[in-house]
Amino acid sequence: MSVKRYVLALAVLLFSGLAQAVVIQYWQQANGARVYFVETHENPILDVRVDFDAGTRRDNRPGVADLTASLLDNGSVGRDEEEIRATLADLAVSIDGGADTERASLTLRTLSRPAVREPALALLADIIAKPTFPSVVLEREKRRAIDGLKQRESNPGFVADRAIGRRLYPEHPYGNEDRLSAQGIAAIQRQDLLAFWHTHYQPRYAVVSIVGDIGRPGAERLAERLLTGLRNEGPALVAIPAVPPVTPGVVRQTNSASQAHIRLGMPLISRSDPDYYALMVGNYVLGGGGFDARLVKELRVKRGLTYRVSSQLLPMEQAGPFTIALSTRKDQADQALQVVHSTLARFIDEGPTEVELAQAKANIIGGFPLRFDSNRKLLGLLSMIGAYRLPLDYLERYPRDVAALTADQVRDAWRRRVSPNALSTVVIGATATP
Amino acid sequence: MDIMPRSSLMQRLTAVAVLALVPLQTMADEPVEATLDNGLKVVVKRDARAPVAVSQLWYRVGSIDEVNGRTGLSHLLEHMMFKGTPTVPAGEFSRRIAAAGGQDNAFTSRAYTVYYQLLAAASLPLALQLEADRMRHLDFKDDAFKSELEVVREERRWRVDDQPSAVLYESLYASAFVVSPSRTPVIGWMDDIRHMQPGDLRQWYRQWYVPNNTTLVVVGDVDPQTVIAEAKQRFGGYVAQVLPERRPQLEPTQLGIRRITVKVPSELPYLLMGWKVPRLQKIDDRPPYSLYILSALLAGQDAARLPRNLVRKARIVTSIRTDYELFGRDDGLFTIMAMPATGHGVAEVEQGIRRELTRIARDGVGEAELERVRHQIEASRIYQRDSMQQQAMQIGRLESQGFSWRDENAMSERLLRVGSDDVSAAAQSLIDDNLTVVALQPLQAKGKPPAQAELLQGGNHVR
Repeated sequence: MSVKRYVLALAVLLFSGLAQAVVIQYWQQANGARVYFVETHENPILDVRVDFDAGTRRDNRPGVADLTASLLDNGSVGRDEEEIRATLADLAVSIDGGADTERASLTLRTLSRPAVREPALALLADIIAKPTFPSVVLEREKRRAIDGLKQRESNPGFVADRAIGRRLYPEHPYGNEDRLSAQGIAAIQRQDLLAFWHTHYQPRYAVVSIVGDIGRPGAERLAERLLTGLRNEGPALVAIPAVPPVTPGVVRQTNSASQAHIRLGMPLISRSDPDYYALMVGNYVLGGGGFDARLVKELRVKRGLTYRVSSQLLPMEQAGPFTIALSTRKDQADQALQVVHSTLARFIDEGPTEVELAQAKANIIGGFPLRFDSNRKLLGLLSMIGAYRLPLDYLERYPRDVAALTADQVRDAWRRRVSPNALSTVVIGATATP
Repeated sequence: MDIMPRSSLMQRLTAVAVLALVPLQTMADEPVEATLDNGLKVVVKRDARAPVAVSQLWYRVGSIDEVNGRTGLSHLLEHMMFKGTPTVPAGEFSRRIAAAGGQDNAFTSRAYTVYYQLLAAASLPLALQLEADRMRHLDFKDDAFKSELEVVREERRWRVDDQPSAVLYESLYASAFVVSPSRTPVIGWMDDIRHMQPGDLRQWYRQWYVPNNTTLVVVGDVDPQTVIAEAKQRFGGYVAQVLPERRPQLEPTQLGIRRITVKVPSELPYLLMGWKVPRLQKIDDRPPYSLYILSALLAGQDAARLPRNLVRKARIVTSIRTDYELFGRDDGLFTIMAMPATGHGVAEVEQGIRRELTRIARDGVGEAELERVRHQIEASRIYQRDSMQQQAMQIGRLESQGFSWRDENAMSERLLRVGSDDVSAAAQSLIDDNLTVVALQPLQAKGKPPAQAELLQGGNHVR
């Protein structure tokens, strides 16, 4: 039994004045695992997510993090993969595993009835603590992963996404997944997975998020049980290094598709960034706010140059990317690129107008409840709060901090932090080198 | 602005409601419905878990109502519905919804066109007011149309032309059906899009966007009677109108297997098999229920036969899926799509799929396997209630395609009654004379440099 170091429960009132509240409960186990819990009984379901600091940023060779996470349910001590799948199917529950840049995660969705919930949780605990990574299965899954990579490479948008990722993070671990190759996957051995699992799947690196139809004592037992098979061993993982500045560059590649896929970007924003809100709200005005956004107005509405254009900020532990993405008929790619540049330059120069800022704030604040109107969305929010150790009143603070911004603050942040000259550019499906 | 994505099997499992495993008192309320004097149907389901609501306006018009030379009309009109009315100028609809903290968009399918908003429940009246306005007062400029036509052509390039699997499905439907309008793509053929005239859309709009061709579905933290009263106030003034005649355009009997090869740039080959099969016309038709269960048994989840036997045991495919929709206004296909594993060809994969179908046709399936599928169907109904959009989609799909939301239970009871003999009969009905096979043959792009040999012009920025 673990002793909880401290227990903290906090009520956050969303949509101040209305009755609905989301209460996030938090505690830490003696083994270091952090648990976030929202109790909600309207539907007889339970969603559980376990995250480890085992994302692709921890790859010691390309592809290891992702294969480790996705092969956890392909065999455990005592259960082969067919038995695991049959059990999942018989219970009508689902377990999904995978790695993104920062984290590896296992997500369980189950009915909350003990007759379903208990065996489902036992299976999840088993998968986490006793994976076997059978060699025969590994060889098959490596081939499938290679085929899957090839298939996605038929999609020029995917090729463009990877190319800009390699440009922004040429040496940094955040670029690991974009450097993944068929040869890299082929070279992975069973020992690599076992070692990676052993080093990274430890309670001290775990965040357990729970949303659904279960009481607090049940949630505590559940979180305990999920990690009982794991131990903290060895030196602590090294911190992820800061992202070094990159020299902007241009990548142009031809292909036989009908559209050119264009990406512009730079490493920019971290979760603890002092300019976080100014950059986020500014991005709504520039290219994140759908039809409210300048890029959409200039490229799609006014000129009919594209179906999809957007700018995106992905805040991470270290500087995550700022990217602009669009696709357009090849012969007008350069024209589209010019409009992107002039729109961006103007935005950085002028900042948002008062009207634009008011619209951005109204949407972000007014739409905040849509981000957690289901158990599944809430689960995602909890795991993010856990991963970045955001304050428990994050859901309350966010709208407040957005509301407090001024147009000058937004402009100032964008001027200091972003310049069109600092962006790297990728054109997949270029017609010729200019 | 969006074309409806091809739904996966699991999405369809959740889209068809079935008996629940547990009592439902604690869940959202039963829907409340009303039909206005002008024929507009309103269905409201209260779900008060969060102070938000989803509103969907379903028009019963889609690509199957179009004729050759004018394919893509319904989808293009969907784009133009954001281009203004006398009182709400172009772009203003989305701006007002966004200002209220909402999200809005639309999607078009073969059988329906849907406009939706997700927003704070307190702002629902704004959504209804705006939808009611553009239902009868759309007034777009010819210039806006010209520009949007280019946007839709870019959409087609992005969504279909440069996506091997999308080309594959488009080729299947165009080859399997000769007469039925289900043969044309929802987004339309590129040349038809190019030649579309603004007048075509205005006529299409006047004909189909009428109250008696429309269903309003609202799910959220709302009082149903208040929503119905609000709908009456906003939409009640419009008059019903005689709808254009929908001719049957029945597909003639297929006279033998059809084999198609599609050559497009792609790293890997694909195989797509599609059989013409019936869909539910009346609630007590039997074959559709059996086909639905067959699809679930084949690839409904990871333990199902095709992933188990072809992906993991024989290892001849990398991924495989089946698709069959129980009901729909368009003509249905039972499809199986597979990506052969490297070193295995489409012919070998086709043989593998045929072996699995033959086994079920000959031997049926075990009770445990059927029981598993029943559990999946029952549980997915409960899981689905986590999403308000999914609940609204389910009501809209039923109401727009000849059924009522009340038919859910009857459909589910019948699905749960499907037995081993029914499933083998369903497998036996997948005969070659109804089959179209499409093989995607990868065309290696000429002169494409390998990924490692990117042309770098480092150190300089572009202008």
